[in-house]
Formats: sequence, structure tokens, C-alpha cells
Amino acid sequence: MLGKTANGLFWMYRYLERAENTARLIETGQRIALTRSGAGDGEWRSILQTAGVAEGYDEGHGSLTKDQAIDWMLRSADNPSSVLSALAAARQNARMVRTALTHDVWEATNGTWMWAREALSRKVAERDLPKVLHRVRERSALVRGATDGTMLRNDIYDFLRLGTFLERADSTARILDVKYYVLLPSVAAVGSSIDNVQWETILLSVSARGGFRMEYGSNFTPRDIAQFLILDRRMPRSLCFCVRKIRDNLDYLGSSYGSQPASLAKAHDLQAYLDRDIEAIFDGGLHEFIQKVLGRLGELGRQIEIDYRFYE
Amino acid sequence: MTNPPIFDEMWGNDSALRAPYSGIKDWLDAETPARLRAKSREAEELFRLTGITFNVYGRAEAEERLIPFDIVPRVIAAREWQRLSRGIEQRVRAINAFLHDIYHRQEIVRAGRIPLEMISRNEAFLPEMIGVTPPGGVYTHIVGIDLVRTDDDQFYVLEDNARTPSGVSYMLENRETMLQMFPELFARNRVQPVQTYPANLRRSLAACAPQTNGAPTVAVLTPGIYNSAYFEHAFLADEMGVELVEGHDLRVVDGRVAMRTTEGYKPIDVLYRRVDDAFLDPLNFNPESTLGVPGIMDVYRAGGITIANAPGTGIADDKAIYSYMPEIVEFYTGERPLLQNVPTWRCQDAEALAYVLDNLSELVVKEVHGSGGYGMLIGPAASRKELAAFRDKLKARPGNYIAQPTLSLSTVPIFTRAGLAPRHVDLRPFVLVSPGNVHITPGGLTRVALKKGSLVVNSSQGGGTKDTWVLED
Repeated sequence: MLGKTANGLFWMYRYLERAENTARLIETGQRIALTRSGAGDGEWRSILQTAGVAEGYDEGHGSLTKDQAIDWMLRSADNPSSVLSALAAARQNARMVRTALTHDVWEATNGTWMWAREALSRKVAERDLPKVLHRVRERSALVRGATDGTMLRNDIYDFLRLGTFLERADSTARILDVKYYVLLPSVAAVGSSIDNVQWETILLSVSARGGFRMEYGSNFTPRDIAQFLILDRRMPRSLCFCVRKIRDNLDYLGSSYGSQPASLAKAHDLQAYLDRDIEAIFDGGLHEFIQKVLGRLGELGRQIEIDYRFYE
Repeated sequence: MTNPPIFDEMWGNDSALRAPYSGIKDWLDAETPARLRAKSREAEELFRLTGITFNVYGRAEAEERLIPFDIVPRVIAAREWQRLSRGIEQRVRAINAFLHDIYHRQEIVRAGRIPLEMISRNEAFLPEMIGVTPPGGVYTHIVGIDLVRTDDDQFYVLEDNARTPSGVSYMLENRETMLQMFPELFARNRVQPVQTYPANLRRSLAACAPQTNGAPTVAVLTPGIYNSAYFEHAFLADEMGVELVEGHDLRVVDGRVAMRTTEGYKPIDVLYRRVDDAFLDPLNFNPESTLGVPGIMDVYRAGGITIANAPGTGIADDKAIYSYMPEIVEFYTGERPLLQNVPTWRCQDAEALAYVLDNLSELVVKEVHGSGGYGMLIGPAASRKELAAFRDKLKARPGNYIAQPTLSLSTVPIFTRAGLAPRHVDLRPFVLVSPGNVHITPGGLTRVALKKGSLVVNSSQGGGTKDTWVLED
């Protein structure tokens, strides 16, 4: 496979994942705004931060309003991580690697972009927002389903999975990074329930409210939520889960190419770093831990680029 | 001057249904306009979703456009096709012999059949190719011969495309779309298949590889996703099952052209390039080019890679050389040309120029190196102002132009909002050449001028396409 193709696959799936994550964050913000009486536009600041797009927003806007924040995240061409920009970038990468994709995956991706270009060409009215966001998730599921159902499990698949899980791990880590203070023992006595809205934000933004309840009941403690998002091996957006998938896919690549590149060692290291219990993480400082994970994910991504000749 | 009658391929000159179209007529009679309209929309949706688009340069907004597709097939009888393909094969063999001669002994010049300056002062002539024989002796691996029809048995070659003819993906997708939308049509009419083209292309390219151990590695070189024909490049690479590369994926490694893969550099044996000569190698040609591969020409001259089509083939599809094609065919095959050229005035000759200037409003004038329908004058359709402007251009650079009579191109019905209506068409059959073998896909790409009365079929100028059938015998 061409290095360029590996690069295109990796980014196509990073952008697809990003579009979905951003859509979910908008839904979360909208839900909080609607269910919490007297919540100003303040929550949107942390939503923007979680999506990693707050700085860009501040550059182009004087003040923070809900409408503008939503528009920035949903369809701004100046925001490379907006849903529309991410879907356009995913489709652009898909065009570049078209020979590596099945017709089903290409058509699902192209159809998603065609829909988004039309639906997001104008500002989305608040009453249409739920429908539009739902459609983004639905289209993501379609691409994912086509990928799962039609793509060969070869190096092509490994690279696209690496993109998916690096982006997802990054997103979960950022959500934790922005919200870590909510989970700190100083805010709520250890073992006690935390503010409803805050836990809701966190779990909603990873589509895991139901999953959490199923596994941990309805008593939301910071410890359990952190445990769920960082260490739970069954939860498809937890850091542990994503890192294990990254390692698996690097393992597959290593064995099909018969090589042991540096990225594989880095993934193993990162997995080992995550192999601790939640108390140890809190003891060492949750914020420091998350920062470390984010840094290592970035490094791992760069090493993959080098090992598999994405650019040179 | 009275206009000659226009020949309609369905209804002939006298409104009597021509035999090859009987199946089409039965079908059209049985369909309702509403259903055909719905089918037309369905076809457009299919094209969009599949991404069969072309990019329009200089337009950020409408970056990708569809080439309009008309659902009424154009039909060619088996016998007509046999005659055409013999003529095409003869012409393509002559073109390859001509190219070899031009870059070696130039016998045709010595024999006085073509003036030396037509070669030596031609922009498309590549001195770097002098004395170079491509692997297998093949210059034009892929050729598109543009044909027009004016009568029941009169075809003309409008131009030869010997550089990098495009449009074959539309030929294939048009058929694919028709098969999906009207399967019953193909159950009732016996149409020769075109779907084997990608497999034939790969086989044909591989047969032209330099000496290799094992199966040759083939790749398609594209200028990138912003190129107008990117879809076609990706499509052909995909259908052949080969890599689609760009200049920055390639590098000369140990005397071979190699592509950067996830496992390191891997040598390529045959490069089907969709990049113009000038951009192929910044070390040997345009130093500004980022689309090519530095040093590829040196590898090529040393016999380390096959480039398809060979550099320098443009000299054979130059419009001034075109006017010598009857001589070229005779010179190299020893036979009378089976396909006719359109009578052509070379404006370089003072006498021809005078004639062209006097009769400008009845002629079609083309730039010698132009393509895509740009920079061309259609006399009968031009305004007085346009004619005057062109007259000045002709006087300033006569050698840059040729002129031809305005042919009354045949028509084929298209489906319009107001029902069926005749529109002018041309035909580009695709030809594959490998050592000792010329393969022509039955049919080709029919381009159709969608505007009533228009003779311009180019997709960049609002033309559309049709599925083209060659019936089984």
C-alpha cells in the first residue's frame, strides 16, 4: 500500500470520528441548556473547550452565545473541526484513497457529505437541530456499518482503525481533561454523588449514560465515572478500550509486514501506563494523568506517520 | 449555400426507421414520458453518489460537476462497426509506425511526404525521444480516435488522441448505469460488452513492460484530486487493481522508478501516466513541475520503465500533422486509408490562409495544439464581431490554425422535457496497443451536444454523453 494511502485512510476515519464526536457534544450542550433552568450560555464555553475549538471561536467572535457556538461547531468553514468541515475532509481523503475503499464505503461517505453540504448550507434553526444532529450520527453509523460489513481485514483496515481509535481516545481524554475538576475529591466528598448536570454532560458526550447505569447503577460517584471512562474494557470509548484497539491494529500491521516499528513499542508502553487502578490515578493527580495520556497519544500518532511513511 | 440534409442515425434522411434502432423504438414506444423522466433523475442520482464527476477549473463553488447523461442509447450495427474498426486499426498502426520513424530515421521526411519543419518546429516534438525505442516498440498504448458521421456510410476522423485520451470511464459507467436502470433492454437487444476494458487495459500495459522477473507492477499516475479527470484516474486504477500514484509518491531509487509504500520503496514497471509530457520530469522538462518524477526520463531512456503513452506522442495528434494523416497511412501501411480525414486547410500556406479568410463564416477554425473545444471558431454560429476578432488572430499567427468545412454531423435522439429530439453526436472509440496487438473496445464514448442545433459536444462546453451500443452480429 502507498504511504499516502495509509495516511488518507487514517485521516478519513479520524475526521469521520471527529464529526460524530462534535455532533454529540452539540447535542450534550443543547440538552443541558434545555433541561437546566437558568443555565446561561456558560456551559457552551466548556463544550467548545471539550471539542478543542474554543480558541478558534474566540478569534472570530466577540462574545459567546449559544447560537454562535452551535453554528461554529456545526458548520463553520473556518473551524476545521466543525461537523461540516470534518465531513468534507473525510470525503476529500476518501476521494484520495478511493481505490482502497469498497463501493459501499465510498458511497456511504460520499452520500454523507452530499447530505451535509445541502443540510448545513444555511444556518440550522433550533427546531431542526435535533433532527440534523440525529442524522449525523445515523450517517456515521452507516459508514461504520459499511466499513465493518464490506472491507477486507487487511492493512487497509488496520490503518483506518488506527485513525478511528486515536481520534476517539483523544476525544475522551479531552472530555476528561476539561471536566476533570468535577471528578476531583475536593469538589464532592469521596463516595458522594456529584452534581447531576455535570455527570450528565460527561456521560452524554460519550453516549454512555445508559451503559453506565447498566454497569454501575444509578449512584454516580466521581470514582465510578472516571473508572468507566478511563479503565473500563467493555466501554468502546474508554481510554483503555481505544488504546487496546490501537495496539491490536499495530500488532496486526507488524505481523503482516514482518516488522517491529517504534510505534508498536510506544503503543505497548501506553497500554502499560494505563494498567493501574483508579485510586492510583487519583493519587497521582487526575489532571496530570490525562495530560500525560494526551501527550502520549500525540506522540504515538506522529510515530505511526513516520513508521508507515505517510509523508516521506 | 444550402445546407445538406442532416442524417439522423435513428430515422435516416427520410424518416424511415433504421434497422439497428428497432429495439430502441419498441422500448421508447412502450415507456411513458413520466417514467423516462423519473429514470433520468435516477440516473443523475446514481452518478452523483458514485462520484462520476469532473472538476471545472477556476470555479471554487461548483467544484465538481456531472457530465449530463442521456438515457437513449446510440446504436451501431455489427457490420458498420467491423468496417470502422478495420479503419481504426489501420490508422493506429500507422500512427505508431510514424512515431517510431519520426524519432529515428525520419524516412517520411526524406521521402518528401511531410515537410521537415512540420516536425522540427513542432512544439509536441520531443528531442529527448530521438533514438529512443520504447519497450515493445509501442508508442501509443491507449488511443482515442474521434469520429463523426455525416451519412449512412460516410464517417470522418475528426481528430486522433494519441497523448492521454480521456472519457473511457464514462463509456463504462454509462453502460453500468443503463444495465442497472433498464436491465430488460439488454435482455431483448444483444449488445457487445464493454466491461472487459479495464482487464484488457491492464493486460495490454503489462505486455508492454520492460523485461521483468514475474508479473510487472503497473501504476496510474495522476496530477491529483483537483485534476478535472481525477475520477477517471481513480476509477481505472481501482478497476485494474493497481496503485494510483502522484508525483510525490514516486522517486528514482537504484535506477528504477519506485513508489513509497508503507513498507518502503517498491519499483514500478509500467506507469500509465495521466500527466502531460511537460510535467513528467522536472529535471528534463518543465523545472517548475511538482506533478512528475525527477529523473524518470533517464530511467526511461535506459529501458527501466514503460511510460504509457510514450513521451512525445503528441506530435501524432497535432492538428497540423492531422492533415497529413492520409499520406501517413499510405506511407507506412502501403494501403489506401479506410477512414477519411475531414478536408483541412493549413493556414500556414498563404493560399490556404487566403481561402480561409474569405470563407471564414462557413468554416470551423481550430488551434493546432488546442483541445477541449477551447479557442475554436465555428463560423456559421459566430457573430460578426467574433469573426472579425478571429480574422485578426489568423493573420497574426496563421501557423497556429487549421480550418475545416462545417460538417453536418449526424444526430441521435435525446430525451428532453419536450420528448425526444435529435442532437448532434460524435464518437470516441478506445484502442489498446501492445506488441503485435491492437484491441478496440466495441463502441466507445458518444458525446452529444445538448443544445438544439449545436455542434459542440465537449463536456467542458456543456456536452453530454450516451451509452453506445454495438450490436452482436
